[in-house]
Amino acid sequence: MFLDVQDLSVSFSTRRGTVDAVRGVSFSLAKGETLGIVGESGSGKSVSSYAVMRILERSGRIAGGRITFDGIDLTAMSDREMRELRGREISMVFQNPRAALNPIRKVGHQIEDVLRRHNRATRSTAKAKAIEALRAVRIADPEARYDAYPFELSGGMCQRVVIAIALACDPRLLIADEPTTGLDVTTQKVVMDLLAELTKSRGMSSILITHDLGLAAEYCDKIVVMKDGAVVEAGDPKALFADPRHAYTRRLIRATPRPGAEVGDLLEPPAPSPVRPVPGAPLLQVRNLRKVFGRGASESVAVDGISFVIREGETLGLVGESGCGKSTTSAMIMRLLDPTGGEILLDGRPLTDTPAAKFSRDPRRGSLQMVFQDATDSINPRFTARQAIADPIRRLTDERPAGRVEELAAQVGLPLTLLDRFPHQLSGGQKARVGIARALASRPRLLILDEPTAALDVSIQAIVLNLLAELRAKLGVSYLFVSHDLHVVRLLCDRVIVMREGRVVEEGTAEAVMRAPSDPYTRSLLDATPMPPAAIAATPALAKAAE
Amino acid sequence: MGPRTKLVLYRTLQALPALVGVVIVSFILTRMLPGDPAAYFAGPAATEASIAEIRATMGLDRSLPVQFLHYVQDLVVGDLGNSLSTGQPVVEELTRRLPASLELTLTALLLSCAIALPLGIAAAVHQGSWIDHACRGLVTAGVSLPTFFTGIVLVYVFYYLLGWAPSPLGRLDFVYLSPPEVTGFYVIDALLDGDVETARGALSQLVLPATTLALFTLAPLARMARAAMLQALSSDYVRTARAAGLGEGQVVLGYAFQNAMLPVVTTLGMVFSFMLGANVLVEKVFSWPGIGSYAVEALVVSDYAAVQGFVLAMAILFVLLNLAIDIIYTLVDPRTREG
Amino acid sequence: MSATTPETRERGFLDHVIYVLSENPITAIAFALFATIVLVAVFGPILAPYDPMESNAARALQPPSADHWFGTDNLGRDVFSRVLIATRLDLMISVAAVALSFVVGAAIGSAAGYWGGWIDAVTGRFVDTIMAFPLFVLAMGIVAAMGNTVENIIYATAIINLPFYARVARAEVRIRRNAGFAQAARLSGNTDIQVLAFHIFPNALPPMMVQISLNMGWAILNAAGLSFIGLGVRPPTAEWGIMVAEGANFVVSGEWWLAFFPGLALMTAVFAFNLLGDGLRDIFDPRQRT
Repeated sequence: MFLDVQDLSVSFSTRRGTVDAVRGVSFSLAKGETLGIVGESGSGKSVSSYAVMRILERSGRIAGGRITFDGIDLTAMSDREMRELRGREISMVFQNPRAALNPIRKVGHQIEDVLRRHNRATRSTAKAKAIEALRAVRIADPEARYDAYPFELSGGMCQRVVIAIALACDPRLLIADEPTTGLDVTTQKVVMDLLAELTKSRGMSSILITHDLGLAAEYCDKIVVMKDGAVVEAGDPKALFADPRHAYTRRLIRATPRPGAEVGDLLEPPAPSPVRPVPGAPLLQVRNLRKVFGRGASESVAVDGISFVIREGETLGLVGESGCGKSTTSAMIMRLLDPTGGEILLDGRPLTDTPAAKFSRDPRRGSLQMVFQDATDSINPRFTARQAIADPIRRLTDERPAGRVEELAAQVGLPLTLLDRFPHQLSGGQKARVGIARALASRPRLLILDEPTAALDVSIQAIVLNLLAELRAKLGVSYLFVSHDLHVVRLLCDRVIVMREGRVVEEGTAEAVMRAPSDPYTRSLLDATPMPPAAIAATPALAKAAE
Repeated sequence: MGPRTKLVLYRTLQALPALVGVVIVSFILTRMLPGDPAAYFAGPAATEASIAEIRATMGLDRSLPVQFLHYVQDLVVGDLGNSLSTGQPVVEELTRRLPASLELTLTALLLSCAIALPLGIAAAVHQGSWIDHACRGLVTAGVSLPTFFTGIVLVYVFYYLLGWAPSPLGRLDFVYLSPPEVTGFYVIDALLDGDVETARGALSQLVLPATTLALFTLAPLARMARAAMLQALSSDYVRTARAAGLGEGQVVLGYAFQNAMLPVVTTLGMVFSFMLGANVLVEKVFSWPGIGSYAVEALVVSDYAAVQGFVLAMAILFVLLNLAIDIIYTLVDPRTREG
Repeated sequence: MSATTPETRERGFLDHVIYVLSENPITAIAFALFATIVLVAVFGPILAPYDPMESNAARALQPPSADHWFGTDNLGRDVFSRVLIATRLDLMISVAAVALSFVVGAAIGSAAGYWGGWIDAVTGRFVDTIMAFPLFVLAMGIVAAMGNTVENIIYATAIINLPFYARVARAEVRIRRNAGFAQAARLSGNTDIQVLAFHIFPNALPPMMVQISLNMGWAILNAAGLSFIGLGVRPPTAEWGIMVAEGANFVVSGEWWLAFFPGLALMTAVFAFNLLGDGLRDIFDPRQRT
């Protein structure tokens, strides 16, 4: 075996004593192979790879096990020998590429540093070789980019530079740690394809660390699933997805949104999906809505004349990549932001009568509520769950908070014993429930779901999506579901609109948009999202069609 | 004009509002004297007539905007009024004494940078080691030391007990003649003159006050250097550099240090502010004939023109120092070149 | 609200405080020092063995002894008693100054951070103008202009401390202005003032507490520095800065105790507040540990 990790344990010394982040992990990798290490946050997947590189932070140490690379035991090497190896034999690509580059050094020089460190270039040849490395990662006009600083490049471009640094000395093993996190889906695909192609053409072995089963299935020859610092299952992706042995893997595969699956299918065991209410009269009408930020030369149009309608009990999906104007749109509908032009009507009456700054006293405040993207950030750190849910009850309704808080907690499935905890004492899923309970407290008629699951692990996402579907069935509330992921949006939505650069590029029923997108941009969005083979296996209808 | 030159000019323009603010505040301070400013400036022995005369010459009988205009006009030609006690123009007195203050301040700054930066960096690189603990102890103790107290303790130990230092009275013992003025810095001037003996004499007078001042500024500098270095060392780009196998020297000095210096340069402004303030106290303790002790002497005899002239001069000096820091920052950090 | 709410919170917080204190004994020492200083400030006149004003030429300039722990000064006054008495005055000046600048600074900083726009521009310019002066020098100028009194020392110290509070408040409010919980509070029917007062400000307070403690030390140093150069407090009042100044004349002839003990008291007080600031930082924000 080219890389052989046996019984690896990593522990960290923290304020609360020693924490075993990785416990007896084993995996191996042959020459030219790509191994995917999949797991949710806290599974120890990144820590394992840092251990292979021996770049654990100060408090961490390899507590046991062997890491053999091409016959050499890496755990027994001195720091000095290890430094020789890093960058030349094994290198690494990180998440958050912009932060991964030295902000005050020209990118060309950063590549030169690696080349010269490993004697791949001399002072005179360094520049040419660095430009060559930039060209190899398909950076247009590499001569000009050589002089660029990281802040002058886009996120995708920065990631190419990080890849150029990693591949500059032709290493034999590349470890990619969530290389596409923080990038837009379309950029994500370009970067992954580039990585796959470069490693293949150079005959390199690689390890892809990701939380995304679809990504691992599409790009890896072998997959290791990790949970709580241990490997729960390993094997060939097809076999693993077709017949997951471990309950956790099964749950993970099930929870991954895929074509054909209903929202109830994401649960393990699958549950019947809650009924969708029949849309009634128009509730919210948006007409030719515009928002312009800045003035004069620095003017930028965030939302450029969009119109749509949401009916009673209906769920509309609003899809687009970062910067498309979807967040600005939802802030305007929520009356947190005044539009530059256009109309927003609730029950046919313009909401913009009351300026955003005064809207907290408007009687319609309670009708419009929102579930935020990051549940952690959206709960006041000094409030208990109870106080957070009680706040809108006290300010927007005549009800007594005492009984109503418990009622809401029961509705969202939050155990009453957790009500007196502070946000930092709650898990991600529990905080999401608090956020939903608070949004429902004033009995809203329209709820904006702003990427409500983006910060959650996929298994929690499945539970939260089902909760939202249930609440809709029970309360008849309308949703505006804002997300970057069409596959997630489809699970809840009747209709979908796709935004790009402040405009609506596509509108239609969720099924129609998914099956036959009319705009090329929608198609690229759909194509860019990797799908696990289970998408087919787990959906009998599609499996038949595939045959 | 290159983009850098443009940016430097832009920064210089940005210092103007601060300068205007300083002038306005100084004007307010000179007019805020309790009672009748003219009576103050006329001195205790003044008669009714001489007060009226002073009021007229100072323009105090006119409206505030007109007074301000006159004040600015006087400033432009470098007129800060005359000292009450010596009768000399305040500007002349300040310019004569400025080199002494600068010599002291700059020596102290060099001294504290030379100690604080390596210390802070070493503490960050060897986090949790004895050097880190030493650094933390020194930093906390350092900011707690009243400068004037440190000075007095040093005088007691090194002058009275050990006899190593000369008596804490001024820049040069009376047995030496002051060197011919070139830079105004005695040590350098004496060396330029080839007079090693005088240079040594001047240096021995300088050591204690400079150390006192350096001890005071050492703490904020070392604290900042350590914090900035710790942050840089735990950054993603340092991890990238390590993962690429770059040597520890290059990672620490090339990647982490250069980034860590940016916040340190920013804090230099605050350090200067502390330093120019502490300078006054140190000059008093060591009878150092700089502008600080001039102000203290003026305060004792209620010589307000001299005090306010000193405040304004210090503020202008500080604005210029901050401008220098801004320009250095601009030249070092590529990100500031945007817009 | 349920009765268990504050209790759970208190217990968790108390555990954390105990943890920080036991983890870092220096913080415990700081708290003890702080308590001692406050006690001396309150009970100083009772504790002082001699009348701090009573001069007696017969016992002038005696070195420390069993009778006079800190020796006597040139007028024969007991240095120990004077150091004890001075605690109240020094603490009073700095507490008053810090309280004043905290209230004003926090108010204008929060407003600037929350609303931005012209409020931010105006207060920013104001704070920048103060910061354009070397702060101690500005304090000298203010006291010289306004008159040489203890109240003016307090005002001057408050003015030069103001920028720190204004800046911390502005920064801490600003980063939370559009935080999810602030948006959620707006959706929950809170007006801007309510969002600022009940949601954002309580979260911005801990870093400001740290600033208060650190600034306390600095305020004491400044006030003592001003009286050292002859501003504010006048002899024969017992005050640390002026006692050091008076004692300084005797150091060159070997009578070190006149300046040493008040200086030591001053240093200890500043040291205690600085340590306390570090300790508070640990308690309120473990992430900022340095």
